[in-house]
Amino acid sequence: MKESSLRRRIFADRAFQALVALLSFCAILPMFFILFFITKNGIAVINWNFLTRLPAPVGETGGGIANGIIGSGLLIVLSSVIAVPVGVLTGIYLAEHRKGKFAYLSRLSVEILMGIPSIVIGIIAYIWVVMPTGSFSAISGGVALGIMMLPVIVMSTEETLKLIPDSLKEASLALGVSYPRTILKVILPAGLNGIVTGVLLSVARVTGETAPLLFTAFGSPFMAVNILKPVSALPLTVFNYATSPYPEWHALAWGASFVLLVFVLALNLTAKLGLRKWKVQF
Amino acid sequence: MIQPIEGGAGQTPARAKTRDKTMTQTKAETAQAHYRPGFTLSEAAFRKILYLAGISVLVLLIAIFLSLLIASLPSIKALGISFLTGRTWDPVTLKFGALPFLVGTLITSFLALLISTFFSIPISIFLGYYYREGKASSFVKTVIELLAGIPSVIYGFWGLFFFVPIIRFIETALGVPPYGVGILASSLILAIMIIPYSASLGREVISLVPNDLKEAALSLGATRFEVIRKVILPYARSGIFAGILLSLGRALGETMAVTMLIGNSNFLPTSIFSPANTMASVIANEFTEATGAVYLSSLIELALLLFVVTTIINIIGKIIIIKTSFEA
Amino acid sequence: MKNLVVCLMAAVVLLAIASTGIAKEQELIGAGATFPYPLYSKMFDVYSKEYGVKVNYQSIGSGGGIRQLINKTVDFGGSDAVMSAEDLKTAQAPVLHVPTVAGAVVVTYNIAGSPEIKLTPDVVADIFLGTIKKWSDPRILSANTGTKLPDMAITVIHRSDGSGTTNIFADYLCKVSKEWKDKVGLGTSLNWPTGLGGKGNPGVAGLVQQTPGSIGYVELIYALQNKMPYAGIKNKKGNWIKPSIASTSKAANIALPDNMMVSLTDTDAADGYPVSGFTWILMYTEQRYGDRTEEKAQEVVKLVWWMAHQGQKYAEPMEYAPLSKAAVEKAEKLIKSVTYGGKQIMK
Repeated sequence: MKESSLRRRIFADRAFQALVALLSFCAILPMFFILFFITKNGIAVINWNFLTRLPAPVGETGGGIANGIIGSGLLIVLSSVIAVPVGVLTGIYLAEHRKGKFAYLSRLSVEILMGIPSIVIGIIAYIWVVMPTGSFSAISGGVALGIMMLPVIVMSTEETLKLIPDSLKEASLALGVSYPRTILKVILPAGLNGIVTGVLLSVARVTGETAPLLFTAFGSPFMAVNILKPVSALPLTVFNYATSPYPEWHALAWGASFVLLVFVLALNLTAKLGLRKWKVQF
Repeated sequence: MIQPIEGGAGQTPARAKTRDKTMTQTKAETAQAHYRPGFTLSEAAFRKILYLAGISVLVLLIAIFLSLLIASLPSIKALGISFLTGRTWDPVTLKFGALPFLVGTLITSFLALLISTFFSIPISIFLGYYYREGKASSFVKTVIELLAGIPSVIYGFWGLFFFVPIIRFIETALGVPPYGVGILASSLILAIMIIPYSASLGREVISLVPNDLKEAALSLGATRFEVIRKVILPYARSGIFAGILLSLGRALGETMAVTMLIGNSNFLPTSIFSPANTMASVIANEFTEATGAVYLSSLIELALLLFVVTTIINIIGKIIIIKTSFEA
Repeated sequence: MKNLVVCLMAAVVLLAIASTGIAKEQELIGAGATFPYPLYSKMFDVYSKEYGVKVNYQSIGSGGGIRQLINKTVDFGGSDAVMSAEDLKTAQAPVLHVPTVAGAVVVTYNIAGSPEIKLTPDVVADIFLGTIKKWSDPRILSANTGTKLPDMAITVIHRSDGSGTTNIFADYLCKVSKEWKDKVGLGTSLNWPTGLGGKGNPGVAGLVQQTPGSIGYVELIYALQNKMPYAGIKNKKGNWIKPSIASTSKAANIALPDNMMVSLTDTDAADGYPVSGFTWILMYTEQRYGDRTEEKAQEVVKLVWWMAHQGQKYAEPMEYAPLSKAAVEKAEKLIKSVTYGGKQIMK
């Protein structure tokens, strides 16, 4: 009797582990399908010229997406400068103030921000930045993307920090380390893994966005680095190429998508390597 | 890297809460009484900065809300309540009823949430408990993070190429019109798109469940399955739910992939196979070409409506989180 | 991490300083219609090589182009549709419509074997209204004697996004079908009585190619490039016209008004394809507004003049219909009417 119930429990344990592994495996399958799908369609056009040249008109060969790569890089830097400090600080605030009406409102705001469609954020950035300045600009695109990054960074920072045991903080404070120092030098590094994952997710979220950039960063066929003027971005390049009637441009769209994907992959790996360095210090 | 922290963790959640309260009262004095080497930022200033950051998201949200409200005033004046109850969306005669889009948005998002939970929670357990370190874990984790980075358009293209033929085959077998695109197709693609959001948070909270809790349960003879069911899930419940809410927000606002797969029909959906439209997809579809004050502002009112719906759903979610954490 | 943030901030500040230091070179900004985007990008590429003036044109949609012109964030707009009376009023100053090329919207379909079919205007309207439901409908068969059509349900595919293409198509259907005019009407987005929506021309083309028994409408270039079949349509004079670049250009062989704000659909021209239309460059007649320099105004006028003349030779190789002689003459008059502070810019 006892034996059989034990056997049942062990069986349930094994079965559950197998189920978890199976479902996890199923969930990552689409990634490989999509990766294969993009690579199959995109790899053919990838070469050095494609990465370093400006777009060429239909009928001419050798056009590239350098403007999109530079523009996307610039936009990501701009939006990170806006979103990362605010996002991490807000995350700390929320993790430190778990109760209270104000923290509740602040937390609710973050969750609502997450649900605003990207195109609406584009419209907002247009009203706030483009209309007053009278011109499309990289900075307005950065504002739009920054607003989109913010909720992801805040939520992952908060949830990560919240679960770091209080004993760590208490130990630090008891040793006479000041409160700011405890947060910045003890708590933050301890949760760095989760925070960086959040930042990565947020960058990944905005890297592929077209809609909020149409009316803000606008796009440009030239090598533009002026943050007060229109710049291109990879998704805009994909959009322009993919909506055209020409098969050779469709190939370029796939190529640009492939580059976008590789870029996100590289970002992930770089962050992983960077974290390893941090780990030693910690 | 979280190991050393957990080694030092020695308290149940209930104890942690009470201790946190007493700490906040005493730590100000402790910190001030001590010498702080080489650090100039005062505690008061630091707290003020944190407070400002906390306030900034609220201000941002209110500013967005007001901008949308002002921009949608012409349509609110012209249409009134019929915007919510009307079933016809006709830019030609300036009749704008958003009910079909509201229904379409809610059905696709919740269906997607339901599907994604079946995968995101197992992944969280897989990464947060069974395989916390090692090659398999970091591989799965990287892949999941990458899923978040795939542009929406690509999901759309892939869905057209992968899901639509399968669904069309099922539809032919069932005898419904074989459109392929529709609510089911877009919910499936949405489910995949939101997995990274709920899984990353779920993994984080599960892996941060204190070791001694798990060890205590194991030493009492519990199997790992029982540890998950009786210790980990109750402990991490609110975090997992927060992750699901985060992914719901993403699902509600997603545009491009949904637009490509939902069939874009302005009628109230009758089954999960019927084509429909979501609020976000209508805005994305029509905003670039819309001219005329009422038309433009009714599209912005649609954004406002989405905003309000998201707010309501989030408040309901909050209430559920509070309830569940009381049970635990 | 803090170091990283500091580095990033420094980089941005440096960029800002560096970019303001760069000499101001002449750059024109235009935005609008998606349809002429590939052609414009070719034209502007050639133009910048010849004259050293950079032109940045982005395809944000005709409606977007009109709004940007009204908000004065661009030097010129691009549109497949004439500005509405309401928009012209909001613009507060007279806006010129200078045609650059013409395009055709074709009815494409997915029937096994891709037989060539012919459709009368009323049949097209009734299919898209949802009253003709099967390919074996006697009204379709009567115009296609000898063609084998399956006994299959018709699935209508339309644009889900607002579009100049939809506008031209609806404009045509309004002229040939009273029921369409009363029930659906004219616009860039419509309340479609039946069918599925696809995003953009590629979206419609993709859905049509995937769905057996479907029918949709796309721009001629897309049908040609994707090797999709398209229907011949009976025009106003009773001739069966197969859409082509030539029959699109010929649709403009009608009495053109001086302001060129004219619809070419259901054309009176005997050999013109009836679902055609111009695409326009939009600009203010009085170029002195905001902080605009006279130099910039001159550059815009020069560019548009070039597009209506030398630029035309790039249209046909890319499967756009070039302007007819009469249309070019009208365009010249329009461009010459542009002023800066009341002074004529081009004489």
